[in-house]
Amino acid sequence: MSLTPGEYFLQGNEACVEAALVSGLNFFAGYPITPSTEIAEGLARRLPEVGGAFLQMEDEIACVSAIIGASWGGVKSMTATSGPGLSLMQEAIGYAAMSETPMVIANVMRGGPSTGQPTRASQGDVMATKWGSHGDYQVIAFAPASVQEMFDLTIKAFNYAEKYRVPTFVLSDAEIGHMRGLLNVPSNIKIVNRKEKGVRRTDEAYDVPDDLVPPFPTFGKGNKAAVTGMTHGPDSRIEPEDPKIHQELVSRLNDKITKNRRDINKWDLLCPDSKHMIISYGSASFGAREVAAEDDRIGLLRLKTIWPLPEEPIREAASKAEHILVCEMNMGQLYHDIKRVALEAGCKKIELLPKIGGEPPTPGEVRHKLREMGAI
Amino acid sequence: MEVFDFYRKDRWPHVFCPGCGNGTVMNCFYRAFNELGWNLDNTVFVSGIGCSSRIPLYINADALHTTHGRAVAFASGLKLARPELDIVVFTGDGDLGAIGGNHFINGCRRNIDMDVICINNNIYGMTGGQASITTPHDFQSTTTPYGNREYPFDLAEIAVAAGANYVARWTTRHVHELTKSIKIALEKKGFNLIEVVSQCPTNFGRRNKMGDASIMLEWFKENSVRREKARSAAVDHVDLNLAGQVTIGEFVNRDRECYQERIGVEKHGEKH
Ligand SMILES: Cc1ncc(C[n+]2csc(CCOP(=O)(O)OP(=O)(O)O)c2C)c(N)n1
Ligand code: SF4
Ligand SMILES: [Mg+2]
Repeated sequence: MSLTPGEYFLQGNEACVEAALVSGLNFFAGYPITPSTEIAEGLARRLPEVGGAFLQMEDEIACVSAIIGASWGGVKSMTATSGPGLSLMQEAIGYAAMSETPMVIANVMRGGPSTGQPTRASQGDVMATKWGSHGDYQVIAFAPASVQEMFDLTIKAFNYAEKYRVPTFVLSDAEIGHMRGLLNVPSNIKIVNRKEKGVRRTDEAYDVPDDLVPPFPTFGKGNKAAVTGMTHGPDSRIEPEDPKIHQELVSRLNDKITKNRRDINKWDLLCPDSKHMIISYGSASFGAREVAAEDDRIGLLRLKTIWPLPEEPIREAASKAEHILVCEMNMGQLYHDIKRVALEAGCKKIELLPKIGGEPPTPGEVRHKLREMGAI
Repeated sequence: MEVFDFYRKDRWPHVFCPGCGNGTVMNCFYRAFNELGWNLDNTVFVSGIGCSSRIPLYINADALHTTHGRAVAFASGLKLARPELDIVVFTGDGDLGAIGGNHFINGCRRNIDMDVICINNNIYGMTGGQASITTPHDFQSTTTPYGNREYPFDLAEIAVAAGANYVARWTTRHVHELTKSIKIALEKKGFNLIEVVSQCPTNFGRRNKMGDASIMLEWFKENSVRREKARSAAVDHVDLNLAGQVTIGEFVNRDRECYQERIGVEKHGEKH
């Protein structure tokens, strides 16, 4: 049984496990990797209790492949990993985007490149999450900043994966995954399930619906779905050499996410009209949150969705702020994209507090940087 | 079921070259499936990338045409999610044995219920004739212009060693035996492999001066050795070699408990 409403004291990765079960997870394929392993271990124990299946695969390529297969069976599926595993998963992530397969990847980030810092936190995979596979495609990614958000945003990840038929990420890190904290499980959790096609052959072309997401032709229901990673028309026929069919398909795969930003983007604001704004996400925002709470000259825009980038609140903040400081646990990844949006909105001074090594920037480090910028 | 109830008429013409062995394998499969009276609504065809992996897209059933080498991994997830569906994988020597080798051996080991039909044309057909893991020693390909310096894998023997429930190898010249083996595999639980040594006249036959498809088929007939005989002649390690031998027959037929039976996943497909 999934968690009943009430208060719990859990580890971040455990909250992810419980949220997945509340969301209706039925199949998990995993390969052990620190600092995500507790998710696989938790689901190995919990999934059979709720009638689902757990499979330990031979590598992370196989993990994503297996959860895509399961998803076409009509069930909710998930894998969990960290940097080196994410690198291996990329080809299959592109396949999921092209075949419009709902699925969730929990990436508990650690320091890279390569084997790097297995037990320490980082936000080094932010760009790899969005751009790691070849070709033009979109994903959705959420960045939790607490045990509670690990729970809430994992549920959101499942809901949005189902709604938009897209690979969706819960992008946490060693800090969030391993911290323990209070979890409040509410009683009115909203769960979204994919629109199913019903029994109708997929070689009859579908009409593109308003939200740009065609209904899902689940296997084993007479749909005769022909699923492929090759360029295909709405009748699922492969047409690898037709420029127009390729343009229409790939544009729609991108548009269904970027044109629905309003719905997908989530964020938190402290002191929204401040002249000095910090923009941050995940555990990189810990220090900034403390600074902004103590000092009402400092505002904080904390992104909960990072892909697609929430351009609207960035634009809004940048149109009022003199300074923007981006705090990230990498050498500057989302910074460049935030800077692009902020410059367009008229803000001139956009700086970066990059922190690598495994620990989130401290309030002292944030204050120091703000002083350097002349903000305080 | 008529042939064109089995195939997607609207997807014709297919991409295969004249004389390609893929058509023979499709035909044998259709016969076996039809003779058993199986239902296309309950079967999902999964494949990777390659000429052989295009087959599912021509069959009038659910098809999952995936990435190069990963078909067995996709199929494993699908089977555990929907144990009541029958899964058939079409794959090639490159797809299953090279890039997908890890998924292949672990698929055999897990013994998850699926029937894998590997069309071994000893070459990368789709990409224009590069050496594969079953290209025989000394043979020509575009990436072995001085002859293949490596020795080939024996996919069937690997499957036996890795734990598959049923393993057979035939050639496209052995249509009756092949059809019979497909029937056995379809009715058996667990991971079953049927390797079909097949002709790729375009990219293997031509380059190795083996003649056209009909001559290649004759070659298969003349040079196939039953496994029992091959064993006694101590040539059972060869798949296909310049000395001219293809070991054919059933390699194993056993009833190891399959994965779903072990974990007792219920048939919960209806719930979703
Ligand atoms: C990751 C990746 N690497 C390489 C390729 C290019 N590629 C396409 S088909 C193929 C070989 C297929 O050979 P095989 O499985 O033997 O199938 P055949 O065409 O001979 O039936 C290769 C290398 C690819 N599609 N994906
Ligand atoms: S290239 Fe070879 S394997 Fe591919 S369709 Fe042609 S003959 Fe068949
Ligand atoms: Mg081949």
